Amino acid sequence: MSKTLFDKIWDRHVVKTIEGGPSVFYIDRHFIHEVTSPQAFKGLQNRGLPVFRPKQVVATADHNVPTINQHLPIREELSRRQVEQLKKNCADFGIELYGLGHPFQGIVHVIGPELGITQPGMTIVCGDSHTSTHGAFGTIGFGIGTSEVEMVLATQCLMQSKPKLMRINVEGSLNKGVVSKDIILHIISLISASGATGYAVEYAGSTIRNLSMEARMTICNMSIEMGARCGMIAPDETTFNYIKGRTFAPRGSDWDKAVEDWKTLYSDEDAVFDSELNVRAEDIEPMITYGTNPGMGVGITGHIPALNDIEEKDRPSFEKSLHYMGLTPGEEMKGKKVDYVFIGSCTNSRIEDLRMVASFVKGKKKAADIEVWVVPGSSQVEKQAIKEGLNQVFEEAGFMLRQSGCSACLGMNEDKIPAGKYCISTSNRNFEGRQGPGARTMLASPLTAAAAAITGIVTDVRELI
Amino acid sequence: MGKAINIIKSRAVPIAIENIDTDQIIPARFLKATTREGFGKNLFRDWRYENDDEQKPKPGFPLNDPKYSGKILIAGENFGCGSSREHAAWAIKDYGFDVVVSSFFADIFKNNALNNFLLPVLVSDAFLRQLFKAVEEDPETLIEVSLEDQYIKIVATGARESFDINHYKKTCLLNGYDDIDYLLNMKEEIEAYEKNHALSYRS
Ligand code: SF4
Repeated sequence: MSKTLFDKIWDRHVVKTIEGGPSVFYIDRHFIHEVTSPQAFKGLQNRGLPVFRPKQVVATADHNVPTINQHLPIREELSRRQVEQLKKNCADFGIELYGLGHPFQGIVHVIGPELGITQPGMTIVCGDSHTSTHGAFGTIGFGIGTSEVEMVLATQCLMQSKPKLMRINVEGSLNKGVVSKDIILHIISLISASGATGYAVEYAGSTIRNLSMEARMTICNMSIEMGARCGMIAPDETTFNYIKGRTFAPRGSDWDKAVEDWKTLYSDEDAVFDSELNVRAEDIEPMITYGTNPGMGVGITGHIPALNDIEEKDRPSFEKSLHYMGLTPGEEMKGKKVDYVFIGSCTNSRIEDLRMVASFVKGKKKAADIEVWVVPGSSQVEKQAIKEGLNQVFEEAGFMLRQSGCSACLGMNEDKIPAGKYCISTSNRNFEGRQGPGARTMLASPLTAAAAAITGIVTDVRELI
Repeated sequence: MGKAINIIKSRAVPIAIENIDTDQIIPARFLKATTREGFGKNLFRDWRYENDDEQKPKPGFPLNDPKYSGKILIAGENFGCGSSREHAAWAIKDYGFDVVVSSFFADIFKNNALNNFLLPVLVSDAFLRQLFKAVEEDPETLIEVSLEDQYIKIVATGARESFDINHYKKTCLLNGYDDIDYLLNMKEEIEAYEKNHALSYRS
């Protein structure tokens, strides 16, 4: 029988199926971080349980860490306590921790792939919804809640019902100035912030095949922003070349065996999906969001929808959202004033993203009244950026290169956007208050964000390249 | 072990907004606790207070409106989207809700709710509108939710709709079992699975 990529990996990981209920689903790798794990460890302690497979768990501190002076003790007490609690839990339960000061520290979804921990055919979970990122390797990766973190720590399994399957085909070549972030923002604007709820999404087509691993990760990362359980892309030579030689990648004859196995991971030609969407790459412009969910996006030359374009029942939410953003229905996005630019988050903080921004801004200067933060996704990315001299390019442009962490993506540490200010952000969520109470977020690609940093307004990057 | 739920009869609080994400339910800056308790006071924090000042509740927000109360929260479509933070379910439960009603729930939120004995009741668009109307017109309207018989009913008018819940989860909720109890009983099967599925290239 023909199978989809998802089916192949799913079937390998079902320990048992309960009649009329979910399956007991085996998890290969479990990432944990300081925010969603403490209550899970507490649960284990209350039940007197050890961690079942500590070697399959990897921990890092990312959500709550400062992005300057990481060598000093964390100033904010609650944040410090949370990070210390993680350290203690990892020590008590025998889990490897890449905490602050460790060369492997970084945003959980950046370090997994970077270290070669994320490999095709695996099942990966983390108490963080952007675990879908790992799907770029042909992996089933999804976010879970803290009770589920406890389940996986205790048994390496979860109770899961099989989702429906959707395939999104992107065909053709991308326009100038359009990058993978624009592809995914375009897709979400087409199908809405809930359009893929209940589905596992496979991205396919020539456009996707031609993307680098970093670019593929950006796409899979945002699958959750249309409600999908996970997003995935079949592994190919690009995938194998990326993994080869990384710290935890298989070596020698193991490598050959691995690749042989990974080559079987694709959707069979006649495999059937519950839903399919075709997207033409030529239709995609650089994207920007105007509202308070990632589905509220338009091409950079587009306008915010007029009230008449919105279904009547959706109008109150639409108006509430624009009111929060201080924007008016029907108006153009281009030319809007920008106060902050945030280049970072697990969506766009890999070395490729930083290189893209640096090569664009080289020799340019930021607008006078704008603040620009570049936050690398991991300590390794930071080190590499410095090695390549990108830090100097940023410095000359007036951008601030900080240290690695989630930072202004969720404003849990001190990196917050002040109330009422506009921020173009390469992160994944423009929810009310996401970057700080009252902050107004516009999501865009690293290129579009960099263009705004130079001009101080929402800009069509194509006019500058 | 959680607390079993079965029939809940209560007034309800309506929040007629769509796409309520978990950042609204509990903003990130309140996720610094290392225990599960006490999140209720920060539920919908930024919609509830002006400038984060607890002395200044925003009067228009339903949680601040004295005419609304009860154990049932009624919310617009695509409730609980965004971040996987279980703190959202904890906050709703801690505030005193046992049921959330919507015409669409985000996946992870639904699981998190079920794992915390907070019952997500999925209704049709039409019934959701009926519920909003009934409660907004008469905040003392009683709503009855039966898990055993899988229905939700507006007591005064008798209007009702049945809802789906997976059989396994229903048994757990009715009896106060959780998934960990179930999985722990499967240790041997899990170990057998591991033996049969070991991949030579994977250490
Ligand atoms: S960077 Fe943002 S989205 Fe990614 S893991 Fe951190 S908080 Fe979550």
